[in-house]
Amino acid sequence: MAAAEKQAVTGAGPFNGLLTWIDQRFPLMETLRSHLTEYYAPKNFNFWYYFGSLALFVLVIQIVTGIFLTMNYKPDASQAFASVEYIMREVPWGWWIRYMHSTGASFFFVCVYLHMFRAMLYGSYRKPRELLWIFGMLIFLCLMAEAFFGYLLPWGQMSYWGAQVIVNLFDAIPVIGPKLAIWIRGDFVVSDATLNRFFAYHVIAVPLALLALVVAHLIALHEVGSSNPDGVEIKNVKDPKTGKPLDGIPFHPYYTVKDTFGVVVFLVVFSVVVFFAPEAGGYFLENNNFIPADPLKTPMHIAPVWYFTPYYSILRATTEEFVLWALVPGLVAFALLIIWSVKSTATRVATGVTTIVLLLGLLTLDAKVWGVVLMGTSVMIFFLLPWLDRSPVKSIRYKGPITKAAIALFVIAFFVLGYLGTESVTGGRTLAAQIGTAVYFLFFLLMPWYSKMDKCRPEPERVTSK
Amino acid sequence: MKVLVVLLALAAPLALAAEESVRLDTAPIDPRDVASLQAGARTFVNYCLNCHSAGMMRYHKLLDLGLTEQQVKDNLLFTADKIGELMAVALTKKDAKEWFGAAPPDLSVIARARGPDWLYTYLRSFYRDSESATGWNNMVYEHVAMPHALWTLSGQQVQVERKFKNMEQAEAVGRMQRNAWKIDVLTPDQAGNDGERFILKTIRTETAGSLSQIDYDILVRDLVNFMAWMSEPNQLARKQVGYVVMLVLLVLLVLTYLLYKEFWKDVH
Repeated sequence: MAAAEKQAVTGAGPFNGLLTWIDQRFPLMETLRSHLTEYYAPKNFNFWYYFGSLALFVLVIQIVTGIFLTMNYKPDASQAFASVEYIMREVPWGWWIRYMHSTGASFFFVCVYLHMFRAMLYGSYRKPRELLWIFGMLIFLCLMAEAFFGYLLPWGQMSYWGAQVIVNLFDAIPVIGPKLAIWIRGDFVVSDATLNRFFAYHVIAVPLALLALVVAHLIALHEVGSSNPDGVEIKNVKDPKTGKPLDGIPFHPYYTVKDTFGVVVFLVVFSVVVFFAPEAGGYFLENNNFIPADPLKTPMHIAPVWYFTPYYSILRATTEEFVLWALVPGLVAFALLIIWSVKSTATRVATGVTTIVLLLGLLTLDAKVWGVVLMGTSVMIFFLLPWLDRSPVKSIRYKGPITKAAIALFVIAFFVLGYLGTESVTGGRTLAAQIGTAVYFLFFLLMPWYSKMDKCRPEPERVTSK
Repeated sequence: MKVLVVLLALAAPLALAAEESVRLDTAPIDPRDVASLQAGARTFVNYCLNCHSAGMMRYHKLLDLGLTEQQVKDNLLFTADKIGELMAVALTKKDAKEWFGAAPPDLSVIARARGPDWLYTYLRSFYRDSESATGWNNMVYEHVAMPHALWTLSGQQVQVERKFKNMEQAEAVGRMQRNAWKIDVLTPDQAGNDGERFILKTIRTETAGSLSQIDYDILVRDLVNFMAWMSEPNQLARKQVGYVVMLVLLVLLVLTYLLYKEFWKDVH
């Protein structure tokens, strides 16, 4: 569009001239309209819908505080621990910056977990939002990588041994594992070389990917439009005159003011931790991490930070007995279920072959390998949700009792696994973790069947207000 | 996993008695008690800083405890020349390893790693043990490499054991102790005919030191108070800033809520 054809900007008082000048050279007003003032969001967002914008807000906190931390931190095995204490003691307001960053890491996961849980409650991943969900999952993976790399940087005992344990998991991969682990570390053990590369990943590589994915997530969201607690499409019912969704309201100003209020509520909770309990009882900053990393002294009890503990529990729950008495029969039963449910011969044959290959693997490879596989799968399986969920309705409000029970059980299993991951191993705890692991996976694997057979109520035509 | 199972199987017969960890006393510390912090700083510099460093702590930071530069220089500055220097130590790592078997840890953030309660109990739990290399052992940290640096003040303690038939009795007596205590539980086979399976272990002063037990407890309290303060010297400022921030946020909370409600009046 030629510059002269664009209308002059009005309504900005003394800035009309400047904005017109910019708008004739850059799609400023169009961008603002399509993403804010004329982006129509459903008017019935509830509590759960705060966490997307809050996650974005925490990302900003992490980047800004991260920049200032980088100015004073030394990614050097002999100086890293002391440089963090230097930030805490001698850099003006350094303690504040550092606590915001360390607390922000945990709150990032709180927001993202609640954001994901909202998508599970209201079926926000269902068609046409599959790609939006996939971008979100990739953000989640980046976030986990970011947290893992960042946790090594203070170079405390937990930093060191946590990284050691996780990198050693790659060791379990058959054939290439040991070489791969050395390649990741850059050394035979976690060392200065590892610290330097993790620093590079943490401050530039992963954040870059994270930002790009957040942009993609938002573009996809604004393309398909936001879902809502009723799971109905507001685009289906439009005002015939204006062509605007009847149940939609412009994101700005309605949701900008609402989310601003949400940000302040968030900041109250966040600040209580930052100023009055920055260690959060050892859950956000672990006591052992105030001891400098010592490659010769393995701590008695190595536990990841709370946001990784459910997956860590699944890893530890995968014992030889679990493989033999749960995975093998589970796999056979699941294969039979698929063969019984599908009609296509090709699918049946493929299922049979895959099952036989997996069975051979289960019976020959070390249980540790399967622990790593299950841990990886427990995160990756979320990617499949759009295709596992076959319910005729999107929202939990109209889903039947089986789905509601399944989600409740899944949440309980997630918390139980999370708690067990912070504790040391005993026989009873391992059994509990194994039951939790079974429930966790059954929630996903059986979803195609129970979501379809569940008795759902009909969805309304329009959104309902509470 | 396999290794773990094998280790557990091997360890089972070795575990003669289930040993409980020591019950930690609550350290009665207060980071606002400047007199206590000053006293703790003095004890720290005189007794700890000979072997332990506090390498992330500057002498200059002691001015926050209400001391003047001259006071610090005259009374506390032994291991450095200038007040801007770090609390280093003359002892080399090599010497330390040779003398104690392990290099004494830096104490800058030890209170955040161990917790004040642990330190408070630990420093009051040394006892004479002729079998250890230093002649000392500790109720909280068995076979610790550190000798009892404060023994001239505390005097010399010995460990005493009392046997009980049930846990409740042993715990009731334990709770009356001024010192650290723990209970070892024997299996019925080990206990013998009298059936006394619960062994309460505690310590008793045998030779008095230059301080009474109460004064020694106070000295340790001050020392731990100082170490807890030193582990995060900005902790008071943090809380003070926190109150101001909370106040500002509460005002913002009201304003943004009213703004939200005002805009949403016309959404039905």
